[in-house]
Amino acid sequence: MVTTISSSQLEKIKTHIASNQHMHGALLPLLHASQDDIGYVPEESYPFISKALALSIAEVHGVVTFYHHFRTHPAGKHILQICRAESCQAMGSEKLEADVKAQLGVDYHQTTADGEITLLPVYCLGNCACSPAVMMDEEVYGRMNQQKVAELISEVKHG
Amino acid sequence: MVKVYVPRDSTALSLGAGQTAKAIQAEADKRGIQIELVRNGSRGLFWLEPFVEVETEQGRVAYAPVESKDVVDLFDADFLQGGSHALNLGLTEEIEWLKKQQRLTFARVGIIDPVSLEDYIAHDGYNGLKNALKMTSAEIVKTVTDSGLRGRGGAAFPTGIKWNTVLNAPAEQKYIVCNADEGDSGTYSDRMIMEDDPFVLIEGMTIAAVAVGATQGYIYLRSEYPHALKTLNEAIVKAEAAGYLGDKICGSSHTFKLEVRRAAGAYVCGEETSLLESLEGKRGLVRFKPPLPAIEGLFGKPTVVNNVISLATVPIILDKGAQFYADYGMGRSRGTLPIQLAGNIKQGGLVELAFGATLRELLYEFGGGSATGKPIRAVQVGGPLGAFLPESQFDTPLDYEEFGKIWAVLGHGGIVAFDDTVDMSKMARYAFEFCAIESCGKCTPCRIGSTRGVELVDKITSGKEHIKNIQVLRDLSDTMLNGSLCALGGMTPYPVLSALNHFAEDFKPKDVNAKKAVV
Repeated sequence: MVTTISSSQLEKIKTHIASNQHMHGALLPLLHASQDDIGYVPEESYPFISKALALSIAEVHGVVTFYHHFRTHPAGKHILQICRAESCQAMGSEKLEADVKAQLGVDYHQTTADGEITLLPVYCLGNCACSPAVMMDEEVYGRMNQQKVAELISEVKHG
Repeated sequence: MVKVYVPRDSTALSLGAGQTAKAIQAEADKRGIQIELVRNGSRGLFWLEPFVEVETEQGRVAYAPVESKDVVDLFDADFLQGGSHALNLGLTEEIEWLKKQQRLTFARVGIIDPVSLEDYIAHDGYNGLKNALKMTSAEIVKTVTDSGLRGRGGAAFPTGIKWNTVLNAPAEQKYIVCNADEGDSGTYSDRMIMEDDPFVLIEGMTIAAVAVGATQGYIYLRSEYPHALKTLNEAIVKAEAAGYLGDKICGSSHTFKLEVRRAAGAYVCGEETSLLESLEGKRGLVRFKPPLPAIEGLFGKPTVVNNVISLATVPIILDKGAQFYADYGMGRSRGTLPIQLAGNIKQGGLVELAFGATLRELLYEFGGGSATGKPIRAVQVGGPLGAFLPESQFDTPLDYEEFGKIWAVLGHGGIVAFDDTVDMSKMARYAFEFCAIESCGKCTPCRIGSTRGVELVDKITSGKEHIKNIQVLRDLSDTMLNGSLCALGGMTPYPVLSALNHFAEDFKPKDVNAKKAVV
């Protein structure tokens, strides 16, 4: 295991386990609650999750890694997702991807050196009438270009 | 007090509707004018968002697109009284683009405040459920069957027949599952319903529950839709408080509880059996069928799995009757289809029409041609697993069977337009790449075939054994078509082969020097 989590983070996860474990199909809601709270699903939490849900650690690991949404390592302060799907491609998202990667100096699934932005690909944000689209944290932005993305990045960095 | 409407739909927000709303409120405060700011859904004219409306004696007057910088100017032009201004589009209901539509499923979208139950009820909301509660289970199912409604998620299976199977499956526990994992590029009608008229989905699911005897429902919502999540949860709380969900709904003997569950970014979970696995807390691996989910679905119990649009269309059918709905459409495609115009299109947005309109009408009369002003060279209908159609097929009417005849699908009604700069071999390569990224891995044709497909397209476009590799590509597509467990692997050949068949010139070797290598 590469990550090390603090005892307070582990306590938070244990709280989510306690409040979710009795619902039907508890694993995804539990993983969401953990990631929403501490930003990722640390591997150190697997033994506790597996015990509470009567699953093997391998099963927990299998579920966490099956879904693109879950991360096992901390991300940057902000998540920037660029849509790669067809509608956005029709409006030049390929160039936008390349431009943003060059600007941030990272590839997909990487975090900028200052720890501010993690760049992720996404396959459709449901904003296809106003392509290309990106999502910064929980907000979608339409008709994007490199300059607008740069402004967006600067906004979240400097409040 | 003047009512001002500024949409809260994600697409409107993505173009600055939040700032526009703030600016309008601030300017009204500054001028000491009392206004009632309503955050409605979107009318679906997305190229004109933020689409602001003001209620006047003549009706709602539209101003669009309104950015926050336009607000002071609008106040100066007395827009609160419908004053003239460059952005004034006149009465909303007189806008041709809207007038030409037949909005049944989307009847309230953009008009009401999405989270106001009072508003919903004032606009015919819950009339369908009230009728359903006076009918027997078999009568409700028959009404849905007679309406001709087919699964709007893409598979187009008759909804009433699915319900009937669940109704006749004896079990103590049954479930209603709403497939809200709308992952197809070019589609956003599910998102609009959930954000802009969530009660209609809740009502549709409740009617389904009453019809088949289910007491628990789940909305499996994609994680990319945070606004829909908030709106649905707010609406569920309000429906519960008013007795429309929970025990003894509307004073009847029926119980129906509803919960939203978040998906986690796996496209394959839009396939119904994979979705059920995910809801159970597992990896989203596709199940073998049979057994059908209607017999052994969620947690092994009989389950109705329907798409958002299918369920959201049920209330109007129960309100106005099966015949009312069936009177729209053509052939075996009855009713209306909420079509979503996307990609390189000038006037993108939501167009609900009876089946039978042609692609050309949609692309040019509604869409206004491409956004870039160049000719539309290809359109992909039905998401990433849908075929690419060339201009020669633009006169095909939107009808499940007519699309089947040209080896294409309507899918979820998304239309993505591409101008003449598109490289169709790239699109074919992307189709394989997407399949490789999203494959659940259970069956070999999809898991391995997708990666081999990417490699093949690369070989073809680099001129490596060109003719031979085109044949291998066709063989591989045949294996995936016939040997995959679900539509992900089984339909990836639709975009691939349609690109190859209609746009063969794009598959010629790219590099001049490489041409010498053609066998």
